Amino acid sequence: MSNNQKSFWTPGNVLTAFILAGGLVLTFLRFYKGIGAVTNLDDNNPWGIWIGFDLMCGVALAAGGYVTSASCYLFGLKRYHSAVRPAITTAFLGYFFVVVALMYDLGHPWRLPYPLVYSQGTTSLLFEVGLCVATYVTVLFVEWSPAALEWLGFRKIRNFVIRLTLPLTILGVVLSTMHQSSLGALFLIAPGKLHPLWYSSFLPVFFFMSSMVAGASMVIFEGTLAHKGMHDKMDETHLKEADGVAFGMAKAASFILLGYFFIKVFDITMDNDWQYLATGYGAWFLVEMFGFVALPSFLYALGVREKNLKLVRIASVFGVLGIVINRFNVSMIAFNWQLPAAERYFPSWMEVGISIFVVTLIVTTYRFIATKMPVLYEHPEYKDAH
Amino acid sequence: MDRRKFLSLLGGAGLASAMGATKVKAAGTHTFNGYPDAMGVLHDSTRCIGCRKCEQACAEVNNLPKPEVAYDDLTVLDTKRRTDAKTYTVVNKYNTAGLDHPIFRKQQCNHCQEPACASACFVKAFTKNPDGSVTYNGDLCVGCRYCMVACPFGVPTFEYDDPLDPLVQKCTMCHPRIQEGKLPGCVEKCPKEALTFGRREDLLAIARDRIRKYPERYENHIYGEKEAGGTSWLYLSAVPHTELGMPLVGKTSAPELTSGALGAVPMVVGIWPVLLAGAYGISKRKEKIAAEEQADAVREAIDKTKADADNAMKTALDKAAKDKAAAVDREVKKAVAEAQQSFDEKLAAMQAPAEAEDTDAGNSPEEEA
Repeated sequence: MSNNQKSFWTPGNVLTAFILAGGLVLTFLRFYKGIGAVTNLDDNNPWGIWIGFDLMCGVALAAGGYVTSASCYLFGLKRYHSAVRPAITTAFLGYFFVVVALMYDLGHPWRLPYPLVYSQGTTSLLFEVGLCVATYVTVLFVEWSPAALEWLGFRKIRNFVIRLTLPLTILGVVLSTMHQSSLGALFLIAPGKLHPLWYSSFLPVFFFMSSMVAGASMVIFEGTLAHKGMHDKMDETHLKEADGVAFGMAKAASFILLGYFFIKVFDITMDNDWQYLATGYGAWFLVEMFGFVALPSFLYALGVREKNLKLVRIASVFGVLGIVINRFNVSMIAFNWQLPAAERYFPSWMEVGISIFVVTLIVTTYRFIATKMPVLYEHPEYKDAH
Repeated sequence: MDRRKFLSLLGGAGLASAMGATKVKAAGTHTFNGYPDAMGVLHDSTRCIGCRKCEQACAEVNNLPKPEVAYDDLTVLDTKRRTDAKTYTVVNKYNTAGLDHPIFRKQQCNHCQEPACASACFVKAFTKNPDGSVTYNGDLCVGCRYCMVACPFGVPTFEYDDPLDPLVQKCTMCHPRIQEGKLPGCVEKCPKEALTFGRREDLLAIARDRIRKYPERYENHIYGEKEAGGTSWLYLSAVPHTELGMPLVGKTSAPELTSGALGAVPMVVGIWPVLLAGAYGISKRKEKIAAEEQADAVREAIDKTKADADNAMKTALDKAAKDKAAAVDREVKKAVAEAQQSFDEKLAAMQAPAEAEDTDAGNSPEEEA
């Protein structure tokens, strides 16, 4: 590897080390002094960016795992095969670190298994989210494990796991459908707090549908980053298929975004929320709908038609940002909209710091895995069913 | 978990589903109207003078720390306050248009008939008790604060500054005191009878009675009768309740808001695998058919090529045979022609002298040919 000749202290690695060190200090503060010492959360605003970004966006943006594996294994789109492993790796890391980030937000993090094993609150949508995420992170771990097993040379277990691919993929889609939608359904219980333009009895459908866009956009966006940073790790198949994957995902995302746009319009119509469009929140809603739903849908379509990879990649940035904006709106910006400005939430720099810390952990772990394990290339000894 | 416990759990699950089966029959028409003997408190803000005695009593019976501003200092009423982890109830002052005096309104947990907090809690830390109170068990709490998101009244508070055992705190309607036959602390201390404790049903009757007797004094709306599916605390007011900072909440209870989404879960579990396995089957079958079609096409192509080749060969052979025959024919004709010619020549040669002498052997060359 050419990395060995270069110094370890590249600018990227220095920045990573700096963030990780800062994150450890903040982690200490959080657990030594309590949630109140590092966050701007209060009794009116119980959920901040650790839920709104780390959990809501983390789970949505990790949807690439089920989107890609379902396309390849269930819908027979074999040309996405080389994209499955990177997507599953990202999804597994995404979910794993969602759980890690949750530890910061929970008052009693060590009680996280309680809803599963000790006292099941089955009337809660959060129970469903918890059950599904716990199961899915396990499924993703198993789906991802062949990469590690090939690296370690455990051929027999690896071959056994490969045979589980189909049922695991189906289970993955079932679990993803449920918890992606349930994250939206969490807010069904608070119609008085969430702005009418975002509150809808179809919130679960909106969240599920947009998670597919998030997954597809993230596969493209992440591919762009991976090609910049880890090009030398990619094998011929991966490189040959990469453009096709991007265009395929772009086409799917374009259609889904279009459908999403229309069901949002139908929803506004059914609830007769048109009068809100003339307000400040209405303007912001229109920014979300046109700038981050309609625009990426159009850019994706144009990019696919013109076979313009650059355009598709730009569209994916809008797609990813659109998901972040939507989840922020539902969980924070349009939530508690009736409270006076002084009682509204804005994250503290330490909350932002922890979120950056967690994202850095994901990226660093991904880089480690993609460097050591057969993720972006096929292991020469296991060409069969990668 | 030992074997006995496991088996009893299994048995319990079986029993529960059997009981569920009998309940299902009535599910379509079944509604939950709260526990029949649920107690509650009626707060009549036309009687409240904002003396903060209820706040003081609450802190005393719940062993809460003393506030920064003493209870007899009423200047705190000038700023809007809310409950927090050390204060389960607060009284706020509202200056409303058209009235020459301020209105005071007490806030605390409303103890819903079907509490959003209990519905939202994923470890069942909240309980709606038969006495009407909603209580919380901190030993189960994971600290996710979804109850705070869910509560339409913004009641539950959290001990953000406790790193080890941060708990949700809220009014318990003095559940322990009610169990002892005592009044809730705030009700007991109220000097103006602005708070009335009793069975919720009775309180509703009292409230309606007051509205009927003094229609000019009250808004014809008992806040809490229907709000969020009904609450144990009920409010009477001279002005619309929203002017006293009461949130506008619908009549739908929390479980009704979420039951649709929860009900979809088993459907997803049941239907998705069928659809997905179907999609897999279709894509597999497409592949198989494509492979078969390809094989067929290849076979056909081979057959056709072979047939074409045979035809070409046959044509070639026929042509060759024909050519050969034609060639033989031609050769024969040529030979005949040549023979004729040579005969003619010879004949001519022979005739030339014979004209002069003898014509005896005239027929013999013709027979040779």
